[in-house]
Formats: sequence, structure tokens, C-alpha cells
Amino acid sequence: MNDADLQLSDQELVNRAKNGDLSAFETLVSRYEQRVFNLAMRMLHNVHDAEDVTQQTFLNALEHLEEFRGDASFATWLYRIATNAALKNLRKKRGLPTVSLEESTELQEERDTIPHPEYLADWRQSPQELIQNNEVRALIQQALDELDEKHRLVFLLRDVEGLSVKETAQALGISEANVKVRLLRARLQLREKLTRTFGDPKTLVKPEHKHKNSEPRA
Amino acid sequence: MKCDELLKLLNEYVDGEIDPAFCKEFEQHLAGCDPCKIVVDTIRKTILIYKNDQIYELPVEFRERLHKLLRQRWREIRDSKVEQPQQPSPAPRANNQN
Repeated sequence: MNDADLQLSDQELVNRAKNGDLSAFETLVSRYEQRVFNLAMRMLHNVHDAEDVTQQTFLNALEHLEEFRGDASFATWLYRIATNAALKNLRKKRGLPTVSLEESTELQEERDTIPHPEYLADWRQSPQELIQNNEVRALIQQALDELDEKHRLVFLLRDVEGLSVKETAQALGISEANVKVRLLRARLQLREKLTRTFGDPKTLVKPEHKHKNSEPRA
Repeated sequence: MKCDELLKLLNEYVDGEIDPAFCKEFEQHLAGCDPCKIVVDTIRKTILIYKNDQIYELPVEFRERLHKLLRQRWREIRDSKVEQPQQPSPAPRANNQN
């Protein structure tokens, strides 16, 4: 790897790599390997599988680099490869056929309704205090694992990795509208689970409430 | 604004991307509705807790193996291109001395 490469944009590095510059490609790998590995760990929770997925992601990226046209950013393209590799790994372990994200769920999306928040209470501690505790961290991880893959991936890409709605849509090959719906469901489901665990029962509020000040007369 | 309507705008509000035309209405509703106030607050904390969760360090020896493998694959791909010159190539290699 070349120190001067570190200053270059992804697109410039991609162009150089396409023209045969190995060090430019390695700079790209170094720039994203930690993030890809993190995403894989959060999906698979196993170092060995996460390494496999990371390796597969960069091998695929190398083999298909010529096909990268820059319609989406390099990062988004890479996340797309990584999420597909992670899903393939998950399904292989479960002995399920490999289905793409789009096929698996896109059609059903509109029929599902948004779950209503039910357990409403303030948390006993702040998020910063909570994550100091290992047991709590395990509970947080478990709540995430209980989400189905389509919701988990949207949540991870958007809220943990910090992709925009558009980038998340491109990375998963779904519409932005679907990203928004899945994200809302993921956030609400996680909120529900965490609040049942961390909520202070003394502050519990009943969700069946009437609005005196904002409910217009029908 | 009713609670149901607020739920539809929840993402935009939490992400700071809400249409300013709705923002005031949203906040007026929140001011008078404890359950919705708790939903917004606990959603924010939920996102924060995952955002701040640990980073899994990439194992050093794996990183070395990965780069070695990629260099090897890179050469294989390059060599296969040299053998098949009819394949369109976006740019010739400047340092190709053949």
C-alpha cells in the first residue's frame, strides 16, 4: 500500500485499481475491511463466519471490479456484496435455499402494518450507562437477533453503519419506501423489547389513552 | 395530529428530516401526549444504544491472510487477461513490458 493513496477518494482509487494499480485496490480494502467485518459480526456473531464473509466480499469486489460503474458509491456497492454474502452464509447454516433479499419480501411489504408501541415507560438508566454492563450488552444483541433478517439489515446499515435511506436502498436492492417501512418496524420492535427490559415500571404509561387536546371531532 | 399520524412521521422526526410544515404540529402533539413523548424518547435511546455498541476488532492475522489472498487473486486475474487479449480492457497497463 502506498501512503499517497490514503488521500485519494474511493472513486479515484477504483479508477486506478481498474487500470491495474494493486496498491490502490489494497487501500480500498484497508478503508472498508473493518466496517465489513463489523457488519458481518453483527449479522453472524461468530468470528470464523464473519471472516469468511469479509473474505468473500473483497474477493467478489475484486472479481467484479470492472463491472462497478459508479451508479452508487463504492461503499454502497461493497455493502451490497457484503450483505448478500452474509445472507448466503446465514441461509447455508440453516439449510435454506438462497433467496435474494428482494425476492424474499418485497411483495408482502405493503400488507404488513406498523406495530403499535405497547410498553411505554422511561428507561431506568441512560444508554451510555447500560452498555457498560456485559449482561446488558448480551440482551441488546439478543433483541437484535430476534428481528428477522430484512429488518435487521436495514437497521444495521441505516442506524449503526450510518448509511442514508437512499444508500441503504441501493445496498439492499429495495425501494426507499421499503427501507423506511422496514426501518420503522425495526426501530419499534427493538424499542419494545429494550423498554420491556430496561423500562422503569414506576413510570409505566397506558397506551390506550384519549387525547383531549389534539383529537379532532370526527 | 393523532398518535397514528405521529407514528408515520416518527422516522423523519427522529432523524431530523421532518418537513418543517409538520414539525410544529408534531411537537405540539408531543407536548400534550405522554405516551408519544415516551415513544420518541425510547426510540432515540434504542438507536443510540446500538450505535454506541462495541466495535469488533478485525483480527490482525486474518487481515494479513486476506491481503495475501487478494494479492494472489489479483495476479491470477491479471495473468488470465494477458492470455486473452481479445477481452476488452478499459486501459492498457503502463508498465506492461511484453
